Amino acid sequence: MRLMDDTSVEVINVSRRAFLGTMSAVGLVLAVGCSPRTGTADPPKYGADSMPHGAVDNPLVFVAIGTDGVVTIICHRAEMGQGVRTSLPMVVADELEADWQRVRVQQAPADEERFGNQDTDGSRSVRHFFAPMRRCGAAARTMLEQAAATQWGVPIEEVAAVNHEVVHAGTNRRLGYGQLATAASRLPVPTDETLRLKAPSQFRYIGKGEVRLVDGPDMVTGRAIYGIDSVLDDMLYAVVARPPVYGGKVVSYDASATLKVPNVVRVIEIPGTPPPSEFQPLGGVAVIARNTWAAIKGREALKITWQDGPNAAYDSTTYRAALEQSARAPGEVVRNQGDVAAAMSSAARRVQAEYYIPHMAQTPMEPPAATARIVDGRCEVWTATQAAQATRDRVSKRLGLPFDHVTVHVTLLGGGFGRKSKPDYVVEAALLSQAMNGTPVKVTWTREDDVQHGYYHTVSVEHLEAGLDAAGKPVAWLHRSVAPSIRSIFGPDPQHEAPFERGMGLVNVPFGIPNLRVENPAAEAHARIGWYRSVSNIPHAFAIQSFVAELAAAAGRDPKDYLLELIGPAQRIDPRTMSDSWNYTESPTLYPFDTGRLRRVIETVAKQADWGRKLPAGQGLGIAGHYSFVTYVAAVVQVAVNAKGELSIPRVDVALDCGPQVNPERVRSQIEGACVMGVGNALSSQITFKAGRVEQSNFNNYEVARINVAPRDIRVHLIASDFDVPLGGVGEPGVPPIAPALCNAIFAATGKRIRSLPIRDQLGASQPPANASTS
Amino acid sequence: MQLEVNGQMQNLDAQPDMPLLWVLRDSLHMTGTKFGCGMALCGACTVHVDGQPVRSCITQVSTVAGKKITTIEAMSADAVGRRVQAAWIELGVPQCGYCQSGQIMSATALLKQKPQPNDADIDSAMSGNICRCGTYPRIRAAIKRAAGAGSS
Ligand code: FES
Ligand code: FES
Repeated sequence: MRLMDDTSVEVINVSRRAFLGTMSAVGLVLAVGCSPRTGTADPPKYGADSMPHGAVDNPLVFVAIGTDGVVTIICHRAEMGQGVRTSLPMVVADELEADWQRVRVQQAPADEERFGNQDTDGSRSVRHFFAPMRRCGAAARTMLEQAAATQWGVPIEEVAAVNHEVVHAGTNRRLGYGQLATAASRLPVPTDETLRLKAPSQFRYIGKGEVRLVDGPDMVTGRAIYGIDSVLDDMLYAVVARPPVYGGKVVSYDASATLKVPNVVRVIEIPGTPPPSEFQPLGGVAVIARNTWAAIKGREALKITWQDGPNAAYDSTTYRAALEQSARAPGEVVRNQGDVAAAMSSAARRVQAEYYIPHMAQTPMEPPAATARIVDGRCEVWTATQAAQATRDRVSKRLGLPFDHVTVHVTLLGGGFGRKSKPDYVVEAALLSQAMNGTPVKVTWTREDDVQHGYYHTVSVEHLEAGLDAAGKPVAWLHRSVAPSIRSIFGPDPQHEAPFERGMGLVNVPFGIPNLRVENPAAEAHARIGWYRSVSNIPHAFAIQSFVAELAAAAGRDPKDYLLELIGPAQRIDPRTMSDSWNYTESPTLYPFDTGRLRRVIETVAKQADWGRKLPAGQGLGIAGHYSFVTYVAAVVQVAVNAKGELSIPRVDVALDCGPQVNPERVRSQIEGACVMGVGNALSSQITFKAGRVEQSNFNNYEVARINVAPRDIRVHLIASDFDVPLGGVGEPGVPPIAPALCNAIFAATGKRIRSLPIRDQLGASQPPANASTS
Repeated sequence: MQLEVNGQMQNLDAQPDMPLLWVLRDSLHMTGTKFGCGMALCGACTVHVDGQPVRSCITQVSTVAGKKITTIEAMSADAVGRRVQAAWIELGVPQCGYCQSGQIMSATALLKQKPQPNDADIDSAMSGNICRCGTYPRIRAAIKRAAGAGSS
């Protein structure tokens, strides 16, 4: 038996196959949260409720218990390195009083009506599902307790679930979960109001960080299966030649040489979708073969004539000049208080600086890949996706199949970082399987495909001006941010940042400056722009936290003291008073911008890093603090620059206040990883375009951090928090402070101010060192 | 063509210039060895050939016929490999895990060659292995732990 929503089904010893099989067979539609497009009369929704299909906390959906006592818990969010397949089931198991040794985790297929929102992005998984998963576990525990109490004929108040069994203390009777499962499954699910949640002091796993990774053993033995690893009987392998310019298309092609390559089976043209192409394939010519290598060789032999379309002239050098020009003139005002012009003209001193942050690519180590098969008008795909529901939706629409004739199996993701929120590669696989009469086809993106046909981090120029009074304190602040918007892939190019982009640290600056204006002049998009871990926080934090250090230098002040003074005394700011009210989809009252928490992470990291300590010549410390994904982070970077201009990073300290930490061990690993990624962003990662084409192709010229350039010592300092504080995000907020803290450290070490990323050879030597990318 | 993979002889009908990576993954369905770049730039595809770490993505299969090929799938049967795997689990090294097959193959080869590597040894042996999740501090610590476990 099981706890399932179809209690007429009795299954002994739930196996993985039976459980998943029944899951897709059961058609119960649960009442769940509404779509975010609410009418004007509806109050705004926040948190999980603001996301499509909201949250589900029904134990019949997430928990199955076999008569052998094995507890199977469904994880409905995608695992991409953040540890969610450990952390969320651990929450259920804790409230369930399950013995972790007897818990198995199963991945949910795409089905938001059943499981709630599955968009694994925005640093939201634990933040939005901690509470529902607690209720889910507590409800299942209550059903087991009720079943035992009924069997013993005692009130439920006299029994308690303890570590995989229910105990009646008075008589010392015990029943294991396996013995109770059948009876429990016939009971009604208790309502939320009747649930007794554990007190945090009773937590077994939550907040402890002692549970090892569910997938760890598979990951270190080669058994873990990612999207690229799917193997089906009689499967064919495909790679696709895509238009080198966004919006380009195939004019003609000659596949005669390709078809002579051994093991090539067929060549198929995929129609593209002109911009805005959203999550649809770019189109091109696919080579289908009996193995990936033959497909790659066959693609090399294709002769394709392309028409480049409207973005053929996209050139990063001239585009940068255009952004700079745009940033030097007034633009759309997105926040305004006081009178900046008057305050600037009467200021004792004015400081101005411009910062540039290039396009970047997510380059997850597993490139995009998907396998599709169509049998009897039903399409099944196996893929690594952050956006399970969107994947299912786009595949069904593009193939013209009913939504419920498409199944999306979510594998492990070999990294995501936002790239795998866009399922264009899955649609490619589905189209190719359709063209091959349903034969299973695996599409693999080579690294070149990934680097050259991605959804890139935006490119931006950030123009800042400040007026200082005689004491060096800012009395006026003007920030113009110019960057193409992610919205350009969804509709006509708005040429301006969306509220969700502006809300990432541009308009919500918490400084007590009386005259403050933020403008967003226009910028056109000429490439697919997409989410990249931390998104617009990267340029906004880089510019603002660098500029504050520049102001401190102009005022002859210590940068840490100056930053704290700018933030001012602790207060809780309603985000609506600063901006467009977009606050990472969270309620402005539940999640005010708490400058006291920002101060605390800055003070903590300064103390832990021994800010102000004496360092040898050529070394320096830099500091930065930033709020993103409703979490507060500050970093101190220690840098060493030698006489040749070669840079190394002996140590980074990071302080993080994300509210309560459900799995502190994974929080630390996320912050370490974010620090390394932030260093790579700053040192070397850059995508540039020439004649509409990406100039980089692989890890030789799109350089990311390697072990020899990564900080040698990363110390993460977690701010302790009670569990009654709402949760913050973890996956992304670690990235934004790193680049400005690093560049502030370089200034402290050398007197040189870096305003344009990546740093590369701006210190006189190449970064990373030339030998770094040799194998 | 015959290949010896993890101590087993495999009969294959493969193009001689096909990289070992795709033979392992697509012909033998041994997917533990990963594709990351195809150009010896990332280390995801690292295997051992006669005990030496090799990037299988640029190794033509014809050049390894008659040699002993060892992949991540056989590391649990290797004393050093097992120590490395144990250290990886104890320190919670993997995030997404995708690069870790290659990291473990490189680390195991390093420890076999240098049982007590210093930081510079680790840099030079491991800088060909990219981890986009940024697990480098833990990789370094885990190599040292595995080395320590070997010396005790
Ligand atoms: S796939 Fe071989 S080194 Fe990257
Ligand atoms: S653990 Fe994800 S790439 Fe290394």
